[in-house]
Amino acid sequence: MLSTTIIIVSTLICISLIMNLLRLLRGPDLPDRILALDTLYINSIGLILLFGLYKGSALYFESALLIAMLGFVSTAAICKYLLRGDIIE
Amino acid sequence: MSITVEIIICAFLLMGGLFVLLGSFGLLRLPDFYTRLHAPTKATTLGLAGLLIGSMIYFFVAEQRLVVHELLITLFLLITAPVSAHMMAKSALHHRVKMVKHTQGQQLANTARKRQPPPSDGA
Amino acid sequence: MTIPRSRRWLPMPAQSLILFIVWLLLNNTLAPGHIVLGAFLALAIPILVAPMQMAQPRVRNHLLALRYTLMVLYDILVANFEVAMRVIGPTRKLKPAFVPIPLDIEGALPITILASTISLTPGTVSAEVSEDKKWLYIHALHTTDEAALVAQIKARYEAPLKEIFGC
Repeated sequence: MLSTTIIIVSTLICISLIMNLLRLLRGPDLPDRILALDTLYINSIGLILLFGLYKGSALYFESALLIAMLGFVSTAAICKYLLRGDIIE
Repeated sequence: MSITVEIIICAFLLMGGLFVLLGSFGLLRLPDFYTRLHAPTKATTLGLAGLLIGSMIYFFVAEQRLVVHELLITLFLLITAPVSAHMMAKSALHHRVKMVKHTQGQQLANTARKRQPPPSDGA
Repeated sequence: MTIPRSRRWLPMPAQSLILFIVWLLLNNTLAPGHIVLGAFLALAIPILVAPMQMAQPRVRNHLLALRYTLMVLYDILVANFEVAMRVIGPTRKLKPAFVPIPLDIEGALPITILASTISLTPGTVSAEVSEDKKWLYIHALHTTDEAALVAQIKARYEAPLKEIFGC
């Protein structure tokens, strides 16, 4: 039952990834695209967690943690760039 | 692993997946940037929390050891999600992203962009 | 107590403890080597970053802080079902609003916590703080009564924060 559920949930997350990609392509303004990228990395964390669960290995959490941190920093950096035209003041 | 635990894990995973889907659905569907910002910051954070709690229970039961990385990831996401939402709203304000027509208090966007207090009658 | 904060051996005891615990959690171990390394990092990093620290108001009421955290977690859960309904429902009927909130609390840390709470709870996202730190601009997904929204946020989140930090 668990492996079936994992596959179903992975499908749900893949559908949401496609929706994010559509928004990334369509998004009329730059902030829309940043928002789509932000959601994209958070969803990919979910996908990696599910893969770790499927394989029964706790190793993948390290990469999930890394993606979470790098994703936040890159979102903050792009927003800063849009606000000031410069990342490091 | 008993069937009860498995059902609990499955419920957490399904709830997480549904909320993640909902966040992206809102991102695609809602009319303007500011309303779109609401869906991913809230729904996706809760969805990820559901997935993480489910996997924490699984590893706790199946391998008899406490994997605490999940807790750290959940905490990290809970702290960073509002911060990045705030920064994106700020950059949208400064880029004069359009709001939908029937938004109330649109004229306030100008004072907010200059970081001034609102005009006294607006309070 | 005349020694400046940056010259003491243990400038930030609470942060040192958090660093130590997070290091052990990250490595998921209690091996003696990691305990020594974690202790070294927990002592060395605060000494290096102490000069950068800004004075923050201290938490006065720990019990209330715990209750506030639990209340916010509960509100996040409720917020999600509310937002879910709005997202699935017809989008034409949405009434977004851009609302200023007058702030009674002061200091960077309490305002940050208030803004984060607003972003995570029912249908509101904080967008900008005025330069004099007296007004917080928020965007609401759906509201019919702005005054009620402001009053609710002030009563539910700002009042406990004011009590916690005593400012």
